[in-house]
Amino acid sequence: MSLMTEITIFVLAAFVGFEVISKVPTTLHTPLMSQTNAIHGIVMLGGLIVVGYADDSLEYVIGTIAIAFGAINIVGGFMVTDRMLGMFSRKPKPKADADGKGGGP
Amino acid sequence: MSLLAVLEPGGDGATALYIVAFSLFIIGVRRGTHPTTAKQGNLIAAGGMAVAVATTLLLDGIGNWGLIALGLGVGTAVGVIASIRVQMTEMPQMVALYNGVGGGAVALIAWSEIRHGISLGHEIPLDELIPVLFAAVVGSVSFWGSNIAFAKLQDLIPTKPLAVPGQQVINALLLIGIVAACVNIAVNNGDPSQAIFIGILIAAAVLGNLVVLPIGGADMPVVISLLNAFTGLSAAAAGFALDNVALIVAGTLVGSSGTILTMEMATAMNRSVGNVLFAGFGGAPSGGGGAAEERPHTSIGAQDAAIKLAYADSVVVVPGYGLAVAQAQHAIKEVGDELEKRGVTVNYAIHPVAGRMPGHMNVLLAEADVPYEQLREMEEINPEMPRTDVAVVVGANDVTNPAAKNDPDSPIAGMPIIEVSEAQQVIVIKRSLSPGFAGIDNDLFYEPNTSMLFADAKQAAADIASEIQQL
Repeated sequence: MSLMTEITIFVLAAFVGFEVISKVPTTLHTPLMSQTNAIHGIVMLGGLIVVGYADDSLEYVIGTIAIAFGAINIVGGFMVTDRMLGMFSRKPKPKADADGKGGGP
Repeated sequence: MSLLAVLEPGGDGATALYIVAFSLFIIGVRRGTHPTTAKQGNLIAAGGMAVAVATTLLLDGIGNWGLIALGLGVGTAVGVIASIRVQMTEMPQMVALYNGVGGGAVALIAWSEIRHGISLGHEIPLDELIPVLFAAVVGSVSFWGSNIAFAKLQDLIPTKPLAVPGQQVINALLLIGIVAACVNIAVNNGDPSQAIFIGILIAAAVLGNLVVLPIGGADMPVVISLLNAFTGLSAAAAGFALDNVALIVAGTLVGSSGTILTMEMATAMNRSVGNVLFAGFGGAPSGGGGAAEERPHTSIGAQDAAIKLAYADSVVVVPGYGLAVAQAQHAIKEVGDELEKRGVTVNYAIHPVAGRMPGHMNVLLAEADVPYEQLREMEEINPEMPRTDVAVVVGANDVTNPAAKNDPDSPIAGMPIIEVSEAQQVIVIKRSLSPGFAGIDNDLFYEPNTSMLFADAKQAAADIASEIQQL
């Protein structure tokens, strides 16, 4: 890929990013941060490539640590985001149930 | 040909799959714009990650499976345990830590790219070398900066600003040194010195420490957002170096998110990002401050507070970092439930920088099952304040200080605040009259319609809830 192609992709992605993320409400800013942290774990691909093609011992060590760091980001990030968003999406159910019991026949 | 078609590195097949992956990231984040679709969006983004990882593992010639499995196994185990164990009040330090490992991974990858170039003995093209150096510096700064932020949030080191004498000069010298070393590597491109590169990593590490150490706790929302932006950009730079579209787009997405949040947080404090980073704001006890004079204030108990609340028509709760420290979110929700049973309208007014990271209060209240419709933003709730019977301030301080509006000489002058003093009555639940992060007295405490309830937020809320029940 030529440098200019890559810069084109970068600039367009920045516009898309600003457009999409400015629509995220403040209520969801913490899950947004943990989700983008998880997406940032994509750098693990770099670690995979380093280790996958490495042939010296220091590169093995550096790459394996990079993979572990990336995996923490990906797995931890998506899971904790899921946990948080579960709290937002479970809506006022318990209250609705209580009301139902109270007002029901 | 084997059963699993092997992908050519940099070939059309792999690139097509990477495009699928980043598209899923964008769709996932797009779904994150509403609480009801966000959970699904997160799964979609995770699916994109699965595609990206699988694609890379299928690249032709990838080997050393034992080490790959080791890294994946250790990282997954740590990630799973951490995400299950972490409490919602600890989310800021968790995010700081994730930021750190992300930055660390980028710095390590950059290092191995340089080593690779040296061992092959050929010139690294500049359009690859520059992103590698950028990724190394920003990755290392993010790693160490985030770790310091983590240590501060976890109370491992004092949250007060730790000022190093002449530290602006030291930072500037470090930065100049880093740039000079990068130029040196670029000039000696054919045979760059690995020692100089390691020196760059170390100097960037020191810079990361020195930049974050002097920043106080309440400025953490800006710092965490900024570090998030940095790690994102470093990932994009790694993408340039590795010719990988998924990394470029994903990194840019994270960078945009961090940048937007940084700007929003700085705006919410009416300070520039530079001021947050370099002014060493707050913490330093303002010598002539309010501590000396004893100003008259009204103090009440849980029972009086319960009566005020129970006979109100509308109540607005203003949470702050003290709510998180006291883990009072569930107790506060109980008060809200008791009031709603009596027909009182309850809303929660969230200042953008309340807590230690963007959206911190929202997550805590969501954990306590407060419906998100009741979580109101500052601009939205302020016009309703004059019609509010009682505003309850729980563990918030500077973000309610009317001095920001009334006193042009105040350090927080011009900072947007939640205008609780406009409400008919104000109850402030707080341990003492001590000043907040900005180190200044809160005029709110001494206003005639303000009552102070001196107690731990959790205990006070529990007492108020049981008093309301007995009314």
